[in-house]
Amino acid sequence: MLEVSIFVSYVILSIALGLTFVRLVIGPSLPDRVVALEMIATLTVGFIAVYTLSSGVTAFLDVAMVLALTAFLAAVGFARLITKGGGVHHD
Amino acid sequence: MTDVVVSLFLLIGAGFMFVAALGLLRMPDLPMRLHATTKAGALGGGLMVIAVGLEFFGDVAVAARAAAIIIFIVLTAPIAAHLIGRAGYFVGLPMWSKTLKDELKDRYDPQNQVLLSPGEVSSEDKPDRDKAE
Repeated sequence: MLEVSIFVSYVILSIALGLTFVRLVIGPSLPDRVVALEMIATLTVGFIAVYTLSSGVTAFLDVAMVLALTAFLAAVGFARLITKGGGVHHD
Repeated sequence: MTDVVVSLFLLIGAGFMFVAALGLLRMPDLPMRLHATTKAGALGGGLMVIAVGLEFFGDVAVAARAAAIIIFIVLTAPIAAHLIGRAGYFVGLPMWSKTLKDELKDRYDPQNQVLLSPGEVSSEDKPDRDKAE
């Protein structure tokens, strides 16, 4: 029962990661790509949760915690960069 | 019994994450993409971490970590979305062509990026904003 749902969760998260990666590649502007990066970080937290369930090693939850924190800091840094005028070319 | 509940949380969380990714790919402009990923993504991640906490039920260390992750996701996702959306609005990204109303139009001081009150008019004739209050 649990093995099947873990497998299904892996599949669903992999498809979601693929969709997010498409947006990361085609994203027309830098903020769209930042949103995609943040979504990838959230998806990775989900992957770590599923892997913690399938492996039984609870130490991976620390990794998920640090990853969530780092993704937030990256988003704040990117937002600051965009607001200050970097990354966008004015003609 | 525990397996059923854990599977339920896991699958619902994964489903919300899938919906978030789908919205990120399909929505037409930046605020709508933020709308899709912030709420659905945070809810999906929280549900999956809840599933982990229920699987190791009774383990205080796991429960504390799971609660910390959930609180952190729920606390930081809106702040990050607000910052990115604000930055995108200042850069002047084009909105969706069928957007009906932009209530922030002409409300932002372009120099110091301060939001004006509804009563205040423009920014050029009032250089000293603190004295006006």
